[in-house]
Amino acid sequence: MPHLPPVPLSWYLILSAILFALGVAGFLYRKSILTVFMSIELMLNAVNLSFVSFSYELQRIDGHIYSFFVMVVAAAEAAVGLAIILTIFKNRGTLQIDEVDSMKL
Amino acid sequence: MDTILFIVFAIVAIVCAFNLVLQRHPISSALSLIGVMGSLAVLYLLLGAEFIAMAQVIVYGGAVMVLFVLVIMLLNAGTEKISRKSWFAQIAGLPLLLAFVALLGFLIRGVLPPLRAVQFGSWVGGTAERIGQMLFTQYLLPFEIISILILIAILGAVVLAHKEFD
Repeated sequence: MPHLPPVPLSWYLILSAILFALGVAGFLYRKSILTVFMSIELMLNAVNLSFVSFSYELQRIDGHIYSFFVMVVAAAEAAVGLAIILTIFKNRGTLQIDEVDSMKL
Repeated sequence: MDTILFIVFAIVAIVCAFNLVLQRHPISSALSLIGVMGSLAVLYLLLGAEFIAMAQVIVYGGAVMVLFVLVIMLLNAGTEKISRKSWFAQIAGLPLLLAFVALLGFLIRGVLPPLRAVQFGSWVGGTAERIGQMLFTQYLLPFEIISILILIAILGAVVLAHKEFD
């Protein structure tokens, strides 16, 4: 097996940037409320990857703690967000975000 | 070996993320998101973050995605309808996105000082022992606050999703 050079840390950061951009694209472009929500989770994951990468660079585990907190907040957000989606579907009967356009429930 | 693992799982993550954005059916998007999270867990392991990798698999790949798939099936969510996009999004969307990635790439390659190279096993800091020690000494207050946040989230979910009795 040929000897390969180790991976530069900037590749991890660029991967994180690409995933974040794809999350932004999904958030803005998709019309299904569930897919929009999944794009938010993708963006949170991308940010977590850069937290862990910088943690490796500094050789400290503070980044891991922040990434753990992001995970906890994402789990709480998923529970509340999906409950909101359930309520919207119960009241409007639709999951398209451009059909949900009035404030009154 | 590091390079091969990184390239394989980075490509899996990017392909799954593209699939998430492009698929029309929510369940396909959810399965692609599981692919992204699984490959990110492997990348965390390569970066020496054992605890975060396990938490990623259990919390994201397990709990959060089960919730998503459950809601998709409960609502019987079908294929998303194609609706009119604004002319601005159609013309400027992709170039703006590419410009954003290029800007971030420039900041990472050009502005940051030279970063280390990642060698698997050269730094294993993120063990459960050290994370726990840090969490219960230096980060105790944020930890307590976040437990209150979770309590509020539980109450919020119950209030929002409960059945109304007449």
